[in-house]
Amino acid sequence: MSPPVLSLSALRKSVPGGRVLFSGLNLDIAPGEIVSIMGESGVGKSTLLNLIAGLDQPDSGSVAIDGVALESLDDDGRTRMRRDRIGFVFQAFHILPHLTLAQNVALPLVLQNVAADQATGRATTMLDSIGLPGRAGDRPSQLSGGELQRVALARALVHRPALVLADEPTGNLDPETAARILEVFVAEVRGSGAAAILVTHSERAAAVADRSLNLTRDGLVHAG
Amino acid sequence: MPAERRPLSRTALAWMMVGEWRAHPGRVVTAALAIAIGVALGFAVHLINGSAQNELAQAVRAVNADADLQVHATTPLGFDEMLYPALARSPGIAAASPVVELSARFGAGPSRSLEGGGLTVLGIDPLRAAAVTPSLLGRGAAPEAGASGFVPESLFDPRAIMLSPAALSASGGKVGETVTITAAGHSVDFVVAGVLSGPGSERQVAVLDIATAQWLFGSVGRLQRIDLKFVGGADPATIEASLRARLPADAQIVTAQSEARRGDNLTKAYRVNLEMLAMMALLTGGFLVYSAQSLSVARRRPQFALLRVLGLERRGLLAQVFVEGALVGAVGAVLGLALGLGVAMGTLRFLGGDLGGGYFRGTTPDLVVTPLPVLVFFGLGLVAALVGSLLPALEAARAQPGIALKDLGDRNDPNAKPAAWWGLGLLAAGGAAAFLPAVGGLPLFGYLSIGLMLAGGVAAMPWLSRILLSPLQGVGRRSVAIDLALKRLWGAPAQAAVALCGIVASTSLMVAMAVMVASLRGSVDDWLTEILPSDLLFRVESGGFDADARARIASAPGVGDILFQKTQPLRLAADMPPLVLLVRPVDKARPDASLPMIGRGVAAPAGVTPVWLSEPAARLYGHEVGERMILPLGGANPQVFVAGVWRDYARQAGAIAIDQADYTRLTGDDRRTEASLELKPGVSPAAAGRAIRAALPPELAAQVQFFETSQMRAIALRLFDSSFALTYALEAIAIVVGLAGVAATFSAQTLARTKEFGMLRHVGVLRRQIIQMLATEGALLGAVGVIAGLGLGLAMSQVLIHVVNPQSFHWTMETRLPLPLFASLTVALIAAGAGTAVLAGRRALSADAVRAVREDW
Repeated sequence: MSPPVLSLSALRKSVPGGRVLFSGLNLDIAPGEIVSIMGESGVGKSTLLNLIAGLDQPDSGSVAIDGVALESLDDDGRTRMRRDRIGFVFQAFHILPHLTLAQNVALPLVLQNVAADQATGRATTMLDSIGLPGRAGDRPSQLSGGELQRVALARALVHRPALVLADEPTGNLDPETAARILEVFVAEVRGSGAAAILVTHSERAAAVADRSLNLTRDGLVHAG
Repeated sequence: MPAERRPLSRTALAWMMVGEWRAHPGRVVTAALAIAIGVALGFAVHLINGSAQNELAQAVRAVNADADLQVHATTPLGFDEMLYPALARSPGIAAASPVVELSARFGAGPSRSLEGGGLTVLGIDPLRAAAVTPSLLGRGAAPEAGASGFVPESLFDPRAIMLSPAALSASGGKVGETVTITAAGHSVDFVVAGVLSGPGSERQVAVLDIATAQWLFGSVGRLQRIDLKFVGGADPATIEASLRARLPADAQIVTAQSEARRGDNLTKAYRVNLEMLAMMALLTGGFLVYSAQSLSVARRRPQFALLRVLGLERRGLLAQVFVEGALVGAVGAVLGLALGLGVAMGTLRFLGGDLGGGYFRGTTPDLVVTPLPVLVFFGLGLVAALVGSLLPALEAARAQPGIALKDLGDRNDPNAKPAAWWGLGLLAAGGAAAFLPAVGGLPLFGYLSIGLMLAGGVAAMPWLSRILLSPLQGVGRRSVAIDLALKRLWGAPAQAAVALCGIVASTSLMVAMAVMVASLRGSVDDWLTEILPSDLLFRVESGGFDADARARIASAPGVGDILFQKTQPLRLAADMPPLVLLVRPVDKARPDASLPMIGRGVAAPAGVTPVWLSEPAARLYGHEVGERMILPLGGANPQVFVAGVWRDYARQAGAIAIDQADYTRLTGDDRRTEASLELKPGVSPAAAGRAIRAALPPELAAQVQFFETSQMRAIALRLFDSSFALTYALEAIAIVVGLAGVAATFSAQTLARTKEFGMLRHVGVLRRQIIQMLATEGALLGAVGVIAGLGLGLAMSQVLIHVVNPQSFHWTMETRLPLPLFASLTVALIAAGAGTAVLAGRRALSADAVRAVREDW
């Protein structure tokens, strides 16, 4: 059995003021596995993603990616870990308005110092495969919400990360577009061989995952 | 395995920067222009000063040639020529060359200008000069020239004169033609025998035989200079000490170094002040870069957060904001250097090397550009932009990406009290620095004080705007728009401060300069009224009125009360510019009836001659009322008593007033060069002038120049305005930069709030209410900026008036406030604030409200 891509053990996190979001949280995710995490608003789903990405620090416990404990890394080390091993998809897309679509998608590659030509070439191929052929030179202002999320998905996968973190990727989309995006998301993640965590309020979205979990104060429990 | 550390991605930096600049070119251009203006002013002033200094050095070389040491007379009256054989026989002296040096001009009759003709006549002994200062000897009519020891025969001809190329050009004549030269009250015709080939040929110099000069210009038995050559291997210091002991009081040793220091001292304060003012403009540029970068960083906070999430390290983000600032600085600096070069060329051509300051009249120096200042000013522009980018860059790097990415809107806690200690501490340090003394004759701590006050004022803005806006909190209850505007400004004082820092910096500097100039101009105006009480003034350029001429003038028809006086240069120290000796009747019991006294004088002890020092003379030479000093006059070294200090704005190098009877007793000189008179009732100045001319011998009458008091006053104020031409230009530029800063800042802040406006439209706020809200915000910000800028500017003006001016120019003045300027400034800034905010608001509101709230960034 392959070692887990992500391993969370005895994770505890509270917010300023002392309220405990969760404690004793454990989770292992295998390569290629897609896990959905649901939960009520304010329970700490996004905070959990921030902890996994090294953007926030737990009160106690450990986060390990590919066997490397994030708490053993400094800020630059965690940043490099994110750059090389993690891909992100956000609810609000976060596509930079002044870059072309190809440049937006190629950003993770150029941050790894891949040559600009090579990076935009790979980004263009990625855009083609994700359903936006011939749009590499377009600006984000020319795209619909669904198309913008496809670009965000391409950006999350272009550097072949080990783990994709998706925070409400369909939250800003209509049901029909959301369904199509989920379809593309699953296909592309599985095609890349990456593991993924999908944080969502939508049961329909959660259903595409290999494993569905609920986040509670006491940790993660299997969804009903 | 942890991911490996890699260098920063240049591609990512380039994409982000180019994208940002393409999206908001106006902001980049404004910031670069702010830097460019600062660099241009500094570079131009430096180039002009450098060129003027070069001109001055050439002038010194042209007249002084290549002697090892010179002995100069302390006054134009010269010293006894018997000093020459005494010095020539001194140990260590290989050769000595006596010189008559006279200030002169071409042509006969009265000079057309107040400033003199700019020609220096040197009377030399050709054989002696060939050994000591061969470069004073020209080519003559002989084809061969230049070799040391060559003596043109023409110099032995009593009617022959050699001219420098500049003098030949100014004379309008040619070699072989006759020119008329007027000096010491005598006009004489000479034949131009040749052209001088020595150094400094840009200066107007005429050389003739010494005996001829003494005879024709009434200087028999007197010399103004002796040039000395040392024997080989002699110790200059020993010779100098030995000579110093032999010198009479009216002669002084001058070395190349002391001449250079004298030239430097003449203009140092003026140059340094202009450079400092230019540096202030650069500082304002730095604040505008800070303002632009802060807004840019605040607007792009979520974008930067995304980059951090995607893997850009903190230093990468820091580098991006820094590189942006550096590029803005580099572009601005290059633009500024080009602009500065153009300004320097134009200024040298139209205002001269002293920027209108009056130090080098009649010359147009060549522009001297060397690589070092180019690099220094490029570096200064770069540093100003980098310092302006430092805080925004640190803020960008410090932000928590997880939170910033959510872009939760304004995260300021409106109830948090803005910290005051940082700003107030800097202000206090600035106030303390103002009390420190000058360094090397320069008000460096005065400028440090201004810089600290500026930084403190800007740092205190969040606290100050909270205080100023607090009383208005209840005002807007009846109007949604006004209420929203007040709440936002009160609740986010740090944001208001970012918008205000450029405005406060430029406004306060402008106010400080305006108050200083208005105060000086007002004081000069009052002083002119005090020193020009009579109806008519007249003077003779050289020579002077003897007792007979004075009696004729006094009895001329139409002439009422008349006062004669004499002014002449006097050297107190070899390395200081000569001051002016003012000879006039002074009532020793009531000197304030004769001079614009500062404070009360002290009566001189019996048997000691009293003198009254001008304020600059007292400060420059460190004399106080009641002290005794040596006055090098008439070959003696009389000890005189400082009986009082009087106000004088005309002679920056200082002046000493002495009663005419004392002067004549000490020197034997009974001539007077100037007079002021009251006209008898019904007599016009022109009629009195004609009567005076008719009463005088024709040669003297032809040299008399008349000035009506009102005309004199107008000339003085014109010269004043010309001296401050660059200061006025700096003020105008400060206004333009300040208003551009207002426009850029408000526009950027307003456009960044598109989402907020969309939300307000969603909840039912009318478009005109939003416009009204923005107009209120803009006007309030403008008003806060004006109040802070005026307050800070007034404080800084007091440093300029009471620290910088006395330490630089050695004069004091009373504060006067240019209220009309303040009023127009207030209106302009409030209108600019409201107008810009409304214009930007219309643009922001033109976006679809629904789309605005859904926008990513």
